Amino acid sequence: MATVSVRAVRKAFGSTEVLHGVDVEVEDGEFVILVGPSGCGKSTLLRMIAGLENVTRGEIAIGGRVVNNVAPKERDIAMVFQNYALYPHMTVHDNMAFSLSLLNAPKEVIAAKVGRAAEILGLQPYLQRYPRQLSGGQRQRVAMGRAIVRDPQVFLFDEPLSNLDAKLRVAMRAEIKDLHQRLGTTTIYVTHDQIEAMTMADKIVVMNGGNVEQMGGPLDLYDRPDNLFVAGFIGSPAMNFLKGEIRGGAFHTGDVALPLPLQVPSGAQDGRRVIYGIRPEHLLLDAAGVAATVHVTEPTGSETQVIMNLGTTQVVGAFRERITQKPGQSLHIAPDPALVHLFDEKTGTRLS
Amino acid sequence: MDASTWVAKRPTPSALAQLFDNKAFLIAVCLFPAVGLLLVFLTYPLGLGIYLAFTDTEIGGNGHWIGLENFEYLLTDRIFINSVWNTMFYTFVATVGKFALGLWLALLLNHHIPFQSAIRAIILLPYIVPTVLSAIAFWWIYDPQFSIISYVVVDQLHLRDKYFDFLGEPWPARWSLIVANIWRGIPFVAITLLAGLQTISPSLYEAAMLDGASPWQQFRRITAPLLMPILAIVMTFSVLFTFTDFQLVYAITRGGPINSTHLMATLAFQRGIPGAQLGEGAAIAVAMIPFLIFATLFSYYALGNRKWQQGSDND
Repeated sequence: MATVSVRAVRKAFGSTEVLHGVDVEVEDGEFVILVGPSGCGKSTLLRMIAGLENVTRGEIAIGGRVVNNVAPKERDIAMVFQNYALYPHMTVHDNMAFSLSLLNAPKEVIAAKVGRAAEILGLQPYLQRYPRQLSGGQRQRVAMGRAIVRDPQVFLFDEPLSNLDAKLRVAMRAEIKDLHQRLGTTTIYVTHDQIEAMTMADKIVVMNGGNVEQMGGPLDLYDRPDNLFVAGFIGSPAMNFLKGEIRGGAFHTGDVALPLPLQVPSGAQDGRRVIYGIRPEHLLLDAAGVAATVHVTEPTGSETQVIMNLGTTQVVGAFRERITQKPGQSLHIAPDPALVHLFDEKTGTRLS
Repeated sequence: MDASTWVAKRPTPSALAQLFDNKAFLIAVCLFPAVGLLLVFLTYPLGLGIYLAFTDTEIGGNGHWIGLENFEYLLTDRIFINSVWNTMFYTFVATVGKFALGLWLALLLNHHIPFQSAIRAIILLPYIVPTVLSAIAFWWIYDPQFSIISYVVVDQLHLRDKYFDFLGEPWPARWSLIVANIWRGIPFVAITLLAGLQTISPSLYEAAMLDGASPWQQFRRITAPLLMPILAIVMTFSVLFTFTDFQLVYAITRGGPINSTHLMATLAFQRGIPGAQLGEGAAIAVAMIPFLIFATLFSYYALGNRKWQQGSDND
């Protein structure tokens, strides 16, 4: 196990810079998730940590040792690829034993280590199968087994669940988290799925356009997003944003007035143009609230999501209550003032 | 009629459309050209050749059925026995050479190198030039008087004081033909193996690199086994083409000197057409069939059939 430090790392392919100075600190044994939309540089960063891409500038250290010029196999890391990258001509057993056989490990050691990994992942019945004969979830487990057998300092996962169907993805999510809890190995995991990030990570690094937007615990990001990007990226359904200005102790958009947060940020003086953020689940049914026109209702059973028009803006609400209003009818709602976010209209940063 | 009163009704297809919708008719129509061509241009000549091998037919005369007499005679014919050895030697050495150099080229081209597509096109050149043309070029290269190799080595570099006699002695002639055949065969091997290499996912190499495999180990444990199925097919074709080679040998040496470079194919032609012994020529050609079947089966079963390629049962 080891810490991983990424310091002021830049990456350029030719003249195109894709990472513009990224700093990330991963504690020993921590589960860190790099999350962001496609093309934000998260996979590139992971591949640089693995040693599959060169570092253009800055440095990467694993366990305190700068590894910029260290070959991948000397870094003591193991990686699980998006397409699993299982060797198709080897059985499950041989796939997992490959790295050990390259070290000429004694037979008993190979048997013990592969046996342990197979037991952890429930792969014993499949050891003599070829990858072709396995289902997606089983292949995923073999890829993880190959990593476990190595007993590495750091696990790297590159979007490991994106090739699985929705139900299996949820199951594997829990399995990977459980695995991390049992092995306690430092883990860096890349995904574009914010739900994966929220549910699995000790720490989330939100990336966008080659920069780190915010770094912190899942609930910190959810409760106090630093900027509009993080506010819109974390949470599902996404946060509602309303454009308007502060006037007389309330937020006004069109002819709709909404209450300011309980703890009014210092910058929120009268006349300031701001963006008002409220999560769908923090909109409450309130007869004394503002009227919104129902556009579409989407019952999921546990809650009902309602897309509605609030003044000129379309907003989404998620209510525990059953909604009986039909499209076109009005619904009275009020934001929970303890959970309202204000952002600067120009810079998109949080007012605090 | 407006849209509200219109009733959807499918029109009845014409007789021709109905005919073409008939599956049996369609199968017959589609199969006819292929089956016809195969029968006229493959089955008939092959059958005729096999039949002639059991007769004493000569050009201009009707032969009689003589059973295995042609084959019995050939077994005592030193020139024929020699041609069999020549063919096997020629096939073996040329195939090894083609695959060694072709695989080497394919591995080089599989990396990102400058002018990759231009180099790929140049490599294909020997394959594009008609065989007889390149054979004539080699004939000049190997000419005892005008050989460019002799010119460079003797007249320019003064490394030797005598011109090379490439085609005048049996062994130099055999090696010269093998070199020409390798030159001609490399593009096919290199391009097909390159296609095979490109089907191997780069992430396998990345995974192997992280697992600690050196470049040689990556080649031996990842590239080689994954390339084997394609290699087997390419090898089969290459062996067939080389074993039945005619053009290069006939254009460069015509089997000489003193019949020492005759392959089975050139000897069969020599005996059958210029020598007018159609039956005997056919017998030599038919004698190639067992070798070809054996070579095909060997490369198919020994190299090709891999357990990991088969079956996707998810039970």
